[in-house]
Amino acid sequence: MIKRIGAVLLIYAVIPILTGCGDPTVWNNPHPASESGQNILYSVFTERPKHLDPVQSYSSNEIQFTAQIYQPPLQYHYLKRPFTLIPGTAVDLPKVTYYDLNDQPVSDGAATDGIAYTQYEVSIKPGIFYQPHPAFAKSAQGDWLYHQLNDQDLAVVYKLSDFAIMDTRELTAYDYVYQIKRLAHPKLHSPIYGLMADYIVGLRDYAAELRNAQRSPEGQAFLDLREYFLSGVGVIDDYTYYIRIRGKYPQFIYWLAMPFFSPIPWEADLFYSQKGLIEKNITLDWYPVGTGPYMLTENNPNLRMVLERNPNFYGEFYPEEGMPGDLESGLLNDAGKAIPFIDKIVFAREREGIPRWNKFLQGYYDASGIGSDSFDQAVQLVGQGEATVTDEMAEQGIRLETTVAVSTFYIGFNMLDPVVGGTGEKGRESARKLRQAISVAVDYEEYISIFANGRGLSAHGPIAPGVPGYRSGKAGMNPVVYEWVDGEAKRKSLQVARKLMAEAGYPNGIDRKTGSPLTLYFDVVARSTEDRSMLDWMRKQFQKLNIQLVVRSTDYNRFQDKIRKGNAQIFEWGWHADYPDPENFLFLLYGPQRKANNSSGSSANNAANYENAEYDRLFEQMKDMDNGILRQQIIDRMVNILRHDSPWLWGYHPKDYGLYHTWFNNVKPNRISNNNMKYYRIDSLLREQKRREWNAPVLWPITLLFLSLMGGLWPAVHAFRRHEKSAAIKSDASSLI
Amino acid sequence: MLTYIVRRILYAIPILIGVNLITFMLFFVVNTPDDMARMQLGAKYVTPEAIENWKIERGYDKPLVLNENKDGWKKFTETIFFEKSIAMFVFDFGQSDDGRDIGFEIRSRMLPSLAIALPVFVLGLAVYITCALTMVFFRTTYIDFWGLVLCVALMSISGLFYIIAGQFLMGKLWHLVPISGFGTGLDVIKFLVLPVIIGVVSSAGANTRWYRTIFLEEMGKEYVRTARAKGLSEHLVLFRHVLKNALIPILTGAVVVVPLLFLGSLIVESFFGIPGLGSYTIDAINSQDFAVVRAMVFLGSVLYIVGLILTDVSYTFVDPRIRLR
Repeated sequence: MIKRIGAVLLIYAVIPILTGCGDPTVWNNPHPASESGQNILYSVFTERPKHLDPVQSYSSNEIQFTAQIYQPPLQYHYLKRPFTLIPGTAVDLPKVTYYDLNDQPVSDGAATDGIAYTQYEVSIKPGIFYQPHPAFAKSAQGDWLYHQLNDQDLAVVYKLSDFAIMDTRELTAYDYVYQIKRLAHPKLHSPIYGLMADYIVGLRDYAAELRNAQRSPEGQAFLDLREYFLSGVGVIDDYTYYIRIRGKYPQFIYWLAMPFFSPIPWEADLFYSQKGLIEKNITLDWYPVGTGPYMLTENNPNLRMVLERNPNFYGEFYPEEGMPGDLESGLLNDAGKAIPFIDKIVFAREREGIPRWNKFLQGYYDASGIGSDSFDQAVQLVGQGEATVTDEMAEQGIRLETTVAVSTFYIGFNMLDPVVGGTGEKGRESARKLRQAISVAVDYEEYISIFANGRGLSAHGPIAPGVPGYRSGKAGMNPVVYEWVDGEAKRKSLQVARKLMAEAGYPNGIDRKTGSPLTLYFDVVARSTEDRSMLDWMRKQFQKLNIQLVVRSTDYNRFQDKIRKGNAQIFEWGWHADYPDPENFLFLLYGPQRKANNSSGSSANNAANYENAEYDRLFEQMKDMDNGILRQQIIDRMVNILRHDSPWLWGYHPKDYGLYHTWFNNVKPNRISNNNMKYYRIDSLLREQKRREWNAPVLWPITLLFLSLMGGLWPAVHAFRRHEKSAAIKSDASSLI
Repeated sequence: MLTYIVRRILYAIPILIGVNLITFMLFFVVNTPDDMARMQLGAKYVTPEAIENWKIERGYDKPLVLNENKDGWKKFTETIFFEKSIAMFVFDFGQSDDGRDIGFEIRSRMLPSLAIALPVFVLGLAVYITCALTMVFFRTTYIDFWGLVLCVALMSISGLFYIIAGQFLMGKLWHLVPISGFGTGLDVIKFLVLPVIIGVVSSAGANTRWYRTIFLEEMGKEYVRTARAKGLSEHLVLFRHVLKNALIPILTGAVVVVPLLFLGSLIVESFFGIPGLGSYTIDAINSQDFAVVRAMVFLGSVLYIVGLILTDVSYTFVDPRIRLR
């Protein structure tokens, strides 16, 4: 018995050692014990970033890192809505000058036709320094220490921190120009090169020049972009540079708030071009060099990525003004204080939703999204459908923050298709009525309720809320699909849709010409079994009009191929805005942007292949205008044309729901500005206390398991001993006599 | 034996070429180089020019397996298949589609995979054999009967269930170990406890039954009767004689998987956040990174062939009658 008690005690003693936990009261902490109580934010990422080089990174899972490290000249105000651009490293917003074909300045109010070029002049603040980095390290004699590494130097280098000496230097305008030149680098394949080559003067020729230069052996190893002249970009002085673009493109200023236009020092480009470093995966794509509030100190994207405070970053402060309600919700408690507040941000790789969610509930992650399987556990609807956390979450002090994303999910009609797009004037009119009928019949309010757990706003047009040009209420209602009843937009009845069907030539869903039921084809990307119910629901929506909907499921590559070739009939698609301007939504239906049969060689985003001369004319007028009443009027006209033509089922604008622990402060979520982490603040002592409360180990199961095993095995051991002690042949006393 | 090993290695070359060809064909049936370029460059503003440049830069601008614009051998050598395959035979895996050195990645990820797979393999083998011998020892008793019932029950449950239930009970409900994650140094132990237990338990049913069958077959042989007749205790009969003679079928199943331990487990690594080769493969498939998929399939084939050769060699150690020629 004493032995058994000893064994149990041994297990109790060994487990805490195995768990390697510095704090004996908590065994399940996935973070190192040395981090307990520190000012660290714990976040997660599901997909490993492909690129951290700001010339290449574009996905949201990449920008969440690069936006904290790199500093483009502009940024968005953290609290103001609608989104407002403010200077980042720039002293002020860029000075914009327009020029005519003779390179003479023209006034701001000049007609767009008279503007041949626009020049953006950006002045940056002096005294901004890069993070410590070996690329800047010099010897006492002023020679670069690590620009010509040999095998011996590289033998002890496995990661960037293995370099003994790091240094910094001041940010200059040359670094911004260098980065813009990198957009055209033939090896880097910047995703916005095609778009920018259409605007930045000389960028296309510059790319051709670099391609030629790259063919030489020296060019293969490293192209020093300082030696190649780009006509559209230049330095005025150490702190001022200009970018010249063709024509007038007011939205260009938004690009200056994206990491693509961040500075890159030539020293880093040269440093990372060394073959020995590339072989060890030490590249600019892997180890960024920035001036921002954080620097990447650990990059193991299969496990965790760590951002730490850049010791050379200073001089930025928490905003002192916000929107009504921000003061009450505590968002201005830190007004005027120096940022960043957090010393370190740990991003842990979590591929699966269940472990991620459970670790959030245990307090090991500070924030979490809400998956469909945990939605009911996390959120409840009260009053007028207002979402709030459940009692269980509220007990833990978890709060919910919601925001409507500047995105739209829609179902598009391919306007080249003879049935839904129509041919000939009569055919097009008939197809328009068919599309309108379907728009009325497909009940997106029901869709949002069933499939998005209420997380969305049904769309009345392409522009998402929060973007200039969007109208809410009666003024923003789509009169083709809705009618205003009792102060709210109500979807029209099916009778209206059936009438439209009859007018379209499909009374009761029967094609008047052939006498057959109307069959339409819905192209979707191959779905998991979970999404089948959504497709069934969609079939039922079309069935309301007696339309047979055939779902054509395919993989993403083939789906894209169909869209490019214009072979799809009805398809689903989505768009997340790059910047908060209506142009970034309305261009999705601009005729020259059509995807199919587009011979312009540029990228195209009009998947519905919609064309309307009046709309295109208004678009060209609107895109160059500043926001104001006149622009709003034109947008209203454009949106009305779209509603009438119905090239899309307008779908819905998703709402982002996020859960935050009580110790996580200064959160105002949005998906336009990405450099938000410098504003966050954590109460790490409270977090430590809560973790201990929530994670005390439960030991009785181990005891029970041990006793059960002992109980089950005891008869067996007893039988074994008896068997071993027994004789092979039993003696019979009587037979011996 | 050396001749035998050399011959087996030579046999492996056409097998590897075949595996490589099949991988290549299957991959490119689903993906074209244009698809791969779009996947890498993003979908928003990508121009045909950018796609073409990406293909040229990565060597995907050539024909797949036959270059009709060339003469002689160049018809075959100036193709994507040849250029992407030939270097692998000297284990030069090149760069992934996002520009990273695959060999470096594989080397750095093997250890985390091994950290899970090796304890599961060793501990599992010990547990399964012990349980099987115990059941054989107590055959026809309640222990054997309920042991079999338990084995069948364990076999009937999905591997994913063990993971979710294990994380729920030990991580979430009882707070005994972290739900998932990985660490460095000794810190790694706390992350290994749960996946190792789950790894062992999830395969216990099938393996224990398999070993039990092997041992039962051996128990009926004459040398067992002889051992008993000379008065050896039953546990000596089992552990000294039966176990030794049952090693050939055990080795057949066990040694072949030893080299594959390096490759890790796709599901376990994904659920427990282990930064090993299993999750590397999953990532590559998801991002349509042909270079990595091809490298991992090739590596898997090589390790499997090595495993088979090692199995043959191991027979000579446990059965002196076997000679490899």
